[in-house]
Amino acid sequence: MSNVRPDPDALLASLKHEEARARRGRLKVFLGMCPGVGKTYAMLRAAQQERVAGVDIAVGVVETHGRAETEAILAGLAVVPRRSVEYRGTNLTEMDLEALLARQPRIVLVDELAHTNAPGSRHAKRWQDVLELLEAGSEVFTTLNIQHVESRADAVRQITGAPVHETVPDSLLDLADEMELLDLTSEALLERLREGKVYLGERAAAAQAGFFQDSHLNALRELALRYTAERVERQLRTMRAGSAKQTVWRSGERLIVAVGPSPFSTQLVRWTRRMAAALGAPWLAVYVEGSATLNPEAQRLLDKNLALARELGAEVVLTHDEDAAAALVRVALQRNATQIVVGKPRSRRWLDILRGGTLVDRLVRLGGNIDIYVVPAESGPRHRQWLDYDAPWHSGPQEYGWVAGVIAAVTLGGFLLPQNYYLAVGLVYLLAVIALSLRVGRGPVLMSGVVSALTWNYLFIPPRYTFQINKVEDATLFGTYFIVALIAGQLTARIRAQARHERLREERATALFQLTRALAEARTLDDAVFAALRQTDELFGAKTTLLLADESGQEVYPHFAGSQAVEDKERAVAVWAFQNRRPAGRFTDTLPSSTGYYVPLVREEHAVGVLGLTLAEEGTLTLAQRDLLDSFARQLALIVERDHLRAAGEREKLLAESEKLHRTLLDSVSHELRTPLAVITAAAENLAVAEAPLRASLVEEVRTAARRLNRLVGNLLDQTRLESGALKPKIDWCDARDIVNAALDGVRDALAGHPLEVIMSDELPPVRVDFALTEQALANLLLNATLHTPADTAVFLTAGIERGGKRVYFTVADRGPGFPVAMKERLFKKFERGDAARAGGLGLGLSIVRGFVTAQGGEIMVGENPGGGAVFTLYLPHTPPGAVPSE
Amino acid sequence: MSTPGKKSTILVVDDEIQIRRLLRISLEAAGFAVREADTGQTGLAEIATHPPDAIILDLGLPDMSGVEFVRRLREWSRLPILVVTVRAAENDKVEALDAGADDYVTKPFGASEVTARLRAILRRIQTDDRPALTKFGDIEVDLAARLVRRAGIEVKLTGKEYGLLRLLVAHRGKVITHRQILRELWGPKAEANSHYLRVHMTHLRQKLEADPHRPRHFRTEAGIGYRLIED
Repeated sequence: MSNVRPDPDALLASLKHEEARARRGRLKVFLGMCPGVGKTYAMLRAAQQERVAGVDIAVGVVETHGRAETEAILAGLAVVPRRSVEYRGTNLTEMDLEALLARQPRIVLVDELAHTNAPGSRHAKRWQDVLELLEAGSEVFTTLNIQHVESRADAVRQITGAPVHETVPDSLLDLADEMELLDLTSEALLERLREGKVYLGERAAAAQAGFFQDSHLNALRELALRYTAERVERQLRTMRAGSAKQTVWRSGERLIVAVGPSPFSTQLVRWTRRMAAALGAPWLAVYVEGSATLNPEAQRLLDKNLALARELGAEVVLTHDEDAAAALVRVALQRNATQIVVGKPRSRRWLDILRGGTLVDRLVRLGGNIDIYVVPAESGPRHRQWLDYDAPWHSGPQEYGWVAGVIAAVTLGGFLLPQNYYLAVGLVYLLAVIALSLRVGRGPVLMSGVVSALTWNYLFIPPRYTFQINKVEDATLFGTYFIVALIAGQLTARIRAQARHERLREERATALFQLTRALAEARTLDDAVFAALRQTDELFGAKTTLLLADESGQEVYPHFAGSQAVEDKERAVAVWAFQNRRPAGRFTDTLPSSTGYYVPLVREEHAVGVLGLTLAEEGTLTLAQRDLLDSFARQLALIVERDHLRAAGEREKLLAESEKLHRTLLDSVSHELRTPLAVITAAAENLAVAEAPLRASLVEEVRTAARRLNRLVGNLLDQTRLESGALKPKIDWCDARDIVNAALDGVRDALAGHPLEVIMSDELPPVRVDFALTEQALANLLLNATLHTPADTAVFLTAGIERGGKRVYFTVADRGPGFPVAMKERLFKKFERGDAARAGGLGLGLSIVRGFVTAQGGEIMVGENPGGGAVFTLYLPHTPPGAVPSE
Repeated sequence: MSTPGKKSTILVVDDEIQIRRLLRISLEAAGFAVREADTGQTGLAEIATHPPDAIILDLGLPDMSGVEFVRRLREWSRLPILVVTVRAAENDKVEALDAGADDYVTKPFGASEVTARLRAILRRIQTDDRPALTKFGDIEVDLAARLVRRAGIEVKLTGKEYGLLRLLVAHRGKVITHRQILRELWGPKAEANSHYLRVHMTHLRQKLEADPHRPRHFRTEAGIGYRLIED
């Protein structure tokens, strides 16, 4: 196979990458293996070089840590003063993002990319500030240690044993246009440390004992080198993908990582990210929601894991299934994933045996040719999975009351039976447990199983009133009872949970279906938006706001359909979400103190608006709700985009039409103008030398050409007047005979070869029309009649008042070829010319006639002349004149 | 007719040099003396210092509207004015005529048309003592005796018909607007009842024209008014 064409998807992705980069400012990262390698120094030195070249540079934030040589090289650079933030009594200073955005320097220096901002700042993390600076078009120089790279955080922790709290997502680093690795051998670094060039005084000693151990440093150095090497390789691949020199590109690789509410999942996610980056493949993080509900702590952990995945560039997919393995394989098949990454189970659980093996076993069995990666968990506190789920005893006391009541009733009933009927009592107990499991939660069912078993044993199984069982038969019965009660209870509870999920899913599907239907039914964008927002209000029990982008796509304006006005402060959050195409506000890392949650409506590469959701004070958004809201936002974006496209399409069509018109106009005008001009020029030249007898005919030629020119200009002017709307008919009383005569005078020369018959009543009263417009309309019709009929054929002109006296009519009829039916439709359009147009012309005549007639509230009809030819009839409104006072 | 021996002087106010040149050629050939002005201001100054016998005024001047020119001139002079307009500017024409211009020609115009119009407006000024008897075609109008004869036979006219005829005869060869006629015959409030005029004109034509459907003498000026043509 010698397929040398670049994969279109890859090419498109690389193009989009280029495009996005062109808008964004450049990002240059100075990467080091640990503090003290000279990142800040290197950054400042680079900045000084730029400064010498005359580039506008601003220092957003630079930490000198009291290092003398760093302080020295900072001299001469413009420092934007830091913003001070009061937090719990201490004064913290942070980079002043607002001031930097307002100042818009060419290059901003931002030290320590991984820094966490003081609470109350716009963003939780400094890298988010940097992202915004980049989006605003500034170039950013920044420093970073390898330990703070999200995908390497685990590795660093394993090396140093110290947890990493501040991390920068790899997706941000992927944006970097340039990455400079500051490499230093561990010996040299330790030397620097001893010389006090890294930390001063006591801190230096502490650091050397902890972080700065020789072995650590070597491992970190390797990590940093490898990270940079991988990056270079990736860049190479991007170039290769774009340049059609494809030999090793494995297209179509796609990874799936299973994510759960476990701290171990973060490692899995990072591992997958590294793998995906190395393969250059897209990846998905999948959470399989089972029947049990997560407790808030686990929910938080899950949210965090999924957010991490999102941040690292994964697409997050939620799915529902009792069987995680089946769900993963299903998603993998649907999305054409080639590899599934799961954590290595620590031990087999007894339930696995019932299910037919561990998750991994089952994945391998179901997965077919999908590669399964099993990543071992590192040692750490054992995570007890069952703790993640809502504790069984969370059910209300009422349910336990039910359990107690039912068991008490069965027990009482049991006493009414003879002693040796204890087996029957046991069956009734079992029935009661199963019946209860249909009504109450897991906990109460579990309790009913245990309590009923014990009660049965104590009160009924001989010997009575002891927990002792003598017969093997009874013991077997008791054991079986216990297990059956437990399993039955669990199974029923699960069925109920499944039903609940089914219901939720159905609700979600219904909501989406209703939304799509409402959107499809809406005739205008406003209708659609209104329907969508009302549904959002209802579904989320929230107030919604919607801001839509204007035509230019630069500004957003609130849409009236929102159920809540947009305050200035909230609007700023919405604008941020819009500009950065990422959710902002409450429940996010960006401006989390705002009251609303803002989701951008994103289509392709640009945002078309922002959907805002303001929940009640204590309200939260579950994962499923966020998912649903995302779907809503996507639908809305689609509808807005569709509207934009339609509008753009209409504009384009109009433009194309007017362009076509222009071309036609230019072509025919230039032809129509040049012909008579050529005649005049030639005739004038000949006149100078011509003999007397020739002169008269030459003069006549000039006259004819001039008349033709005059008519052409007149038509163009008339058409312009009609189109500009400047035409205001001057309706006054006119003598129809006068109008006819004036029209005939205008075209007398053209009419020369055609016998003319005028049929008008002598008693025609004055008519109220615009004299000039009507005359011109008639003249154009007469001229057409002469142009489009053979010489010597008759032309008829009639005028009169219609029976009923409401309309006055003028008809011009000829004996020409008439019109083909198909022609009639186009007849009155601009620049339409008769097929057999003899004398050229612009094709404006009839268009003007119709314009002049409709301007006066009349209409024009075209028909067949009985006996051959065409008939044009003008109808104009008529009111009989008042009586003329007698004298 | 211009008085033999003394040429009538015509001032051409037009910003187009080619039009001025062409008018000069044709007017001088027809026996007029021609002076030129290229703006309204210089035109007015020229008239004040060296009054011509008549003015040819283009309505599309760069520095002032033709109607304003006519109004300002009419404040202190009764000199005859012939305005030159383009087609589709009926409103301007009517306004200029109502403001006191004497007649108009429409661009593009023939030289003969201009000289004929000029002669008509000059004659009206020169023959202030109008003869009581006017003849055109086979029609004789005796203003003194209020008698109208066609081919020697007296024609009975109603009061308004006669009034209309008298007005046209007084302005013969020259256009007279609907508004001017209506004011003259019915008073200033009658302008809305312009169909009176159409009816009377129809009657007049029926009584005096050989072919009332193709009138020779009582000509309609589209959208403007009427003109009595003598020949």
